[in-house]
Amino acid sequence: MTVAYHRKPVLWDVDYDAPPGSLVAIVGPNGAGKSTFIKACLGLIPAAAGTVEFWGKPYKHARAKIGYVPQRETVDWDFPVSALDVVCMGLYRKIGWFKPVRKIHRAAAMESLDRMGLADYANRQIAQLSGGQQQRVFLARALVQNADLYFMDEPFAGVDAATEAAIIDVLRELRKQGKTVIVVHHDLQTVPTYFDHAMLLNMRIVAAGPVSEIFTDENLHKTYGGRLTLLAEASEAVARAQQGQPTK
Amino acid sequence: MNPTLAQSVTPSLKQVHDEMPSLREVFDTVTLQSGFNTNAVIVAATLLGIAAGIIGAFALLRKRSLTADALSHATLPGITSAFLIASAMGLNARSLPVLLLGATISGILGVVCIHLILTYTRLREDAAIGIVLSVFFGIGVVLLSVIQSTATSSAAGLNHFIYGQTAAMLTNDAILMGAIALIAAVIAILAMKEITIVCFNESFASVTGIPASLIDGLILALIVLVTVSGLQAVGLILIVAMLIIPPAAARFWTDRVRMLIILSALIGALSGFVGASVSALLPRKPAGAVIVLCAGSIFVISMLAAPARGVIAQLIRHARLRLRIAIDHTLESKYEYPEQHKKRSFSLRAFLRVKGYTDSLHTTSALTQSGIARGRRVRRNHMLWEQYLISCADIAPSHVDWSVDQVEHILDEDLITRLENEIRASGHHLDSNLQETHS
Repeated sequence: MTVAYHRKPVLWDVDYDAPPGSLVAIVGPNGAGKSTFIKACLGLIPAAAGTVEFWGKPYKHARAKIGYVPQRETVDWDFPVSALDVVCMGLYRKIGWFKPVRKIHRAAAMESLDRMGLADYANRQIAQLSGGQQQRVFLARALVQNADLYFMDEPFAGVDAATEAAIIDVLRELRKQGKTVIVVHHDLQTVPTYFDHAMLLNMRIVAAGPVSEIFTDENLHKTYGGRLTLLAEASEAVARAQQGQPTK
Repeated sequence: MNPTLAQSVTPSLKQVHDEMPSLREVFDTVTLQSGFNTNAVIVAATLLGIAAGIIGAFALLRKRSLTADALSHATLPGITSAFLIASAMGLNARSLPVLLLGATISGILGVVCIHLILTYTRLREDAAIGIVLSVFFGIGVVLLSVIQSTATSSAAGLNHFIYGQTAAMLTNDAILMGAIALIAAVIAILAMKEITIVCFNESFASVTGIPASLIDGLILALIVLVTVSGLQAVGLILIVAMLIIPPAAARFWTDRVRMLIILSALIGALSGFVGASVSALLPRKPAGAVIVLCAGSIFVISMLAAPARGVIAQLIRHARLRLRIAIDHTLESKYEYPEQHKKRSFSLRAFLRVKGYTDSLHTTSALTQSGIARGRRVRRNHMLWEQYLISCADIAPSHVDWSVDQVEHILDEDLITRLENEIRASGHHLDSNLQETHS
């Protein structure tokens, strides 16, 4: 799969098979295309070339089994909804178009909030929650989706220690239930303790596989030791050409 | 041909002043007892207010309010073109459905142009909206002058689409307007859940199978319905106010989408009702402007007086915090240096006296028991935070003072307990004056 963003390719020839029942970390420097990878998998950005399949099916037919935790900064937290309202959004698909949210849905959402330790905050407007609590609301919303495969974009970014512990607890429980969780992660130190698989990404896959095998100094150096100059330059050139600018 | 129509084309100064209606007339109008046509217009304007309030709330949440402005201005060339084409074909050029169809087409064309500019250039949305709005409106004005210079007096009614005029509306016009508004409101309420999720979190909505592009199309269609139905009554310049002001006012009172929509619809309904009633009583007064002024008044009141988000409430909260900090500082220094008597403002001394922290208004007044207790507590918070910064956060002692001054006032019991634990856990001893538990 190759993904272009604003006509500029940011991921080249990514080829990856997620192992079922495992926690996978996507690791790489800023601008490596970690979020882009997730978004392309979920069909939020069209892939310029290549396909994404879930259990042999395209995304459209696998939707019910896929959960998503977007980056916290991507939404306006002043939005007039309560924590419970947000978690209920995880059920909209199940509820169906134009049908109202019912008591059983709210009860399910409440249970999910409780699991993230936020039962007392259900009726707070989301702006009144701390950053860590907001992240846990997002996680509760993903849990209520009851998916088999989860994509999480930087769930550990800027959260307090209690939230980090709560999230990792949930991740382990999901794995115990045989589910796969793919997590964009920025903290290299915790990768070996939290995850069992990793994908090292920097505009292309540097290495992917069990953490114990691929999380080596050499691979990390390759990932973080600057971009491949040629790859970056080619991206710029493609972007210029696509926008009708002179290509030098 | 409605006689008021021909007159209002070139209103003389005398005609601008309406006669004040009697109380009886006012009562009859607002209780819907003054003739079927007037009633129909008032009911339709109220329905329009409801629809605009609901749909405007979604436009506000989706941050698309200004698109609505471009759309409404872009309807003018459609109205004039429809008039010219219909005349050329020998049809009734003043037929409202024909004119509104033209308005719809050119309005949508305007939005498409914005979209094209955004897709194919590097211009930002504000510039694109400004360009489309003014160019389309300009075309409309030119066409309008063409019509006025060539056609008969039947062309004059087109002016009303710019500023709005309920007095010129026929019963059928009102029914059409009310029906379109009602349909738009019902669709908006049915799709409330889907629109809300897209407004809040576009990517998550798409992943769950509610595509943002589809919902954006729906919101746009609803805005078109409201705009077009309100053109005759409110006019294309001010119709956008009915979409923006009611939800903006409602937002001050609530932080739930459902309540926002209800309040916004109520404010819109009230404005529509008042505007149409005033216009019925004083036919020279343009209903659109009265509707907008009514909504605007509610907005100003909301902005100032709303309990949590209102400006006055915020000012009071700030003043309270400043006062609390001033009292804290005074008590802290009086507690620490009982012999020092700094100059303090009378109001501050008065507050200390009223709160019972001192027993006289005099500058040299000593602290009472409760004054000493609070002074000690503030002093302790100050030192706790200072020690935390130095021992746990590795901040140089010379740098801690400013942040300490800011933080010591907002520490609550829970934070203080955690501070104590952190300091102990870091292997440092609590300073001897910090050992005492706060009373």
